[in-house]
Amino acid sequence: MIKFEQVSKTYPGGFQALNQVSFHVEPGEMVFLTGHSGAGKSTLLRLISMMERPTAGRVMINGHDLRKIGRREIPYVRRDIGMIFQDHRLLMDKTILDNVALPLLIEGYSMQEARKRVSAALEKVGLGDKLRHYPMMLSGGEQQRVGIARAIVNKPPLLLADEPTGNLDPKLSLEIIRLFEDFNRLGTSVLIATHDLGLISRLRYRTLSLKDGRMINDGLAEN
Amino acid sequence: MSLLFRSRNQGAQQVKISGFRRFVMFWVHNAQQAIASLGELVRYPFASMMTMAVLGLSLTLPATLYVVVKNTDTVGANWQQASEITLFLRKDLSAQEVATFTKRLSLSAAIENVTWIDRDTGLAEFRDASGFGDALNSLSENPLPDVLLVTPAADQRSPAASRQLLASLQQEREVEEARLDVAWLEKFAALIQLVRDGFLALALLLCVSVVLIVGNTIRLNISSKRDEIMVMKLVGATDSYIQRPFMYTGVWYGIVGGLIAWLATAVLIWWLDSAVRNISQLYESQFSLQGLTLNEMMVLWLLAIGLGLLGSYLAVRKHVAAIEPQ
Repeated sequence: MIKFEQVSKTYPGGFQALNQVSFHVEPGEMVFLTGHSGAGKSTLLRLISMMERPTAGRVMINGHDLRKIGRREIPYVRRDIGMIFQDHRLLMDKTILDNVALPLLIEGYSMQEARKRVSAALEKVGLGDKLRHYPMMLSGGEQQRVGIARAIVNKPPLLLADEPTGNLDPKLSLEIIRLFEDFNRLGTSVLIATHDLGLISRLRYRTLSLKDGRMINDGLAEN
Repeated sequence: MSLLFRSRNQGAQQVKISGFRRFVMFWVHNAQQAIASLGELVRYPFASMMTMAVLGLSLTLPATLYVVVKNTDTVGANWQQASEITLFLRKDLSAQEVATFTKRLSLSAAIENVTWIDRDTGLAEFRDASGFGDALNSLSENPLPDVLLVTPAADQRSPAASRQLLASLQQEREVEEARLDVAWLEKFAALIQLVRDGFLALALLLCVSVVLIVGNTIRLNISSKRDEIMVMKLVGATDSYIQRPFMYTGVWYGIVGGLIAWLATAVLIWWLDSAVRNISQLYESQFSLQGLTLNEMMVLWLLAIGLGLLGSYLAVRKHVAAIEPQ
């Protein structure tokens, strides 16, 4: 599903965020990505969502070389990737319905068609009754779940999450991870970046560890 | 449409959409975005009203100048005597010969009308008008020649054409001398040309400034929605999808700005008209300013909309692409 081949990323100014990173996430796999802040987790995710291009090496999604994707095609790549952020990136002046419907409207759905899927997605994250609310009226955990609903509303084959539990207490964090497990069971590949080692160790999923831009461990997390 | 996952039965395709429906939906979406951006303008009326007013008032000046030029043209056309050619005929012609010559001239395509002032009438007029009555009585014979006043046809009234007509009339056997006050006519035409050129230059400058002002306003709109644009790009919006509402904002600026231009031009012409009426009364003529016709108003409106669209297009093309998700 996601394949990195000797990928390096050097930012202008000389800071090397990733150094010859290689790994392969199989379709339907759920993988954690960990490392201290500045280790290159965010850069790695940004390479997958094409917010950055690698300096060297090759990033493949589903066998497609991202180097061959032109600037104008990037939006279509992002429609296949559900992205979840630590700060959830919701539009504060729009209702939950409008926020979650956004990816569908962009793909050309009418609001009537979108509404059904939005309801289903919100139902899945347990916010079926909050359609008309604004993000400010929800708690942090609920806002994060709205962000997840937006990421899964068009059923992407790939989910990326950047510190999805960063601002949440352990109980809420676990609930969020359980949500990801549900989507993973339905066949979605999931890649979650987090520095919450306690959370990972309890779950025993495959874990990629980065340190100073290098991949130092690929397997079960060590305590 | 899925670029990476061929087999992914996704998006709009899953909700079986025919080509026709897709076409209809494209316009429905456009209409929705147009109305949405109008709603945005209504929600923040002050900032958008300023831009619309600038757009409208900037177009008012060229529009008013255009009306002035148009009316000067009508005035110019009204002054036929300006290009009236006076022919002084040889004195040895008989009345019969003069009548034949007059007839011949009036049949020419270059000439609209010929008036014959015979020498006796001319003398009588001169005696009445000049105050030399007694002195003239003492003359043994009439010193005046027969005179023909030739009005050129409409397409022969420009200074160059009427000068050419003058030269050909001068060649006639019956004509002693032909006169045309071309110099005055040329000055008048040059003056009109000056006003027209000034109008064009001014119109061009103001149109450019309208484009820049609209572009700048749209640029500010874009940067105030920076976060929203980023989120939209993250969930897969194309640049053109993000640009469309801003372009519609530009169109709305044009629509309302055009209306403001109509209104302001009408007020300005009404204001000038009272002054013009005053002048024309002093000249004992019945002249009043002709405002914009319906066609001209439509052209003005389309121009305003076009400028709004162009300004917003320039802004979105540069600034929407520049916003990359962080």
